[in-house]
Amino acid sequence: MNKDRTLVQIALYAAVIAALGLLPKFNIPVAGGVPLTAQTLGLMLAGIMLGPVRGFLSVALFILVVALGAPLLAGGRGGLGVFAGPTVGFIVGFPFAALVTGLMMQQLKNVNLFAAALISSIVGGILVLYAFGIPGMVAMTSLDFSGAAKAILVFIPGDLVKALIAALIAQSVLRAMPGIISSRQA
Amino acid sequence: MITLYLARSSWLHHLPAGFKLCLLAASSMLILPVTQLELMLVFTLATTLIYVTLGDRGWQHLNMVKPLLPFLAVIMLFHFWAGSSYEGGVSVLRLVTMFLLANLITLTTRMTDMMAALQPVFWPLQWIGISPRSLALAVALMVRFAPVLVLVMNNLDEAWKARGGKKQKWRLIVPLIIQAIRLSDHVAEALTARGGSSKISVRPIEVRR
Repeated sequence: MNKDRTLVQIALYAAVIAALGLLPKFNIPVAGGVPLTAQTLGLMLAGIMLGPVRGFLSVALFILVVALGAPLLAGGRGGLGVFAGPTVGFIVGFPFAALVTGLMMQQLKNVNLFAAALISSIVGGILVLYAFGIPGMVAMTSLDFSGAAKAILVFIPGDLVKALIAALIAQSVLRAMPGIISSRQA
Repeated sequence: MITLYLARSSWLHHLPAGFKLCLLAASSMLILPVTQLELMLVFTLATTLIYVTLGDRGWQHLNMVKPLLPFLAVIMLFHFWAGSSYEGGVSVLRLVTMFLLANLITLTTRMTDMMAALQPVFWPLQWIGISPRSLALAVALMVRFAPVLVLVMNNLDEAWKARGGKKQKWRLIVPLIIQAIRLSDHVAEALTARGGSSKISVRPIEVRR
């Protein structure tokens, strides 16, 4: 793949993540009434669709533009302020979540796409993301580790739903455009 | 492109972006070790006062802290349960102060100036093959295409509603991604036709309000 194509793909995928965050309330069914945004769905999809390196770069670009002052995080948040907030760990973890999701997809090359995407999304988009997010909360809020973990636990069911949706989306996109998913080149 | 930048002329707008970033780093060093509630409160009030000096209704921008409030409430609650309400109060005030201080920079600095101020930070990226030029191009492309994709999404949403679709809007993400992939192919071809990413000159990001 030539350089221009890669660059444009990274930039446009970052724009997709932004668009997902700008949408007012996505109706994702979830228990407990915890508000869900489509943005972490975007991270999982970045890893699945673009693979580890381009997925990482794409999400990193998105974070950079947020830091430059664009209110692109879900709920219209953005600017340097979010890097001083309690959720900074999650934001720093975003690119790594995409990276690990992509790596998992490569490992699971021979597994059925739906299962591979689901497992990769859970490992990358949930385990890795929380591994960054919870220590970030501990550092910013002086809560102890278990307190921070408990405070954030309410989001887990929603994230599992998102991993499921990411897998469903990956399956549909591959059906529409065979060969488009980086780890499933024909 | 929407931005949090506040187009006006205040004393903070006139300071160079790099200097403001250094000031932010310095004040973080000052604020982070504070463990006294009273002292923290002084910092918080001082920060809110800076917003007032931004001129006409500058204090209204304090409402940017609003999305943070549910988080702060939860943090306070957990500290209360753990019997550390005092520490909770300090850390909540610290978060508010740091957030407001960082946002001051975003409010008073153009994205282009911010990008320029961060150039020294990006410089080492050259070693792994990411030139400042392609980084600037990537930022410009993303900033330009985010609203385009929101528009695509709205069109898909209207078409979906017109066909009687109700819930399960996540299904629209499939055509959104497909259209984004097609769009990126076209844009890449156009870019190559104009000499490729290594030749094209990037105009600074346009900031509109």
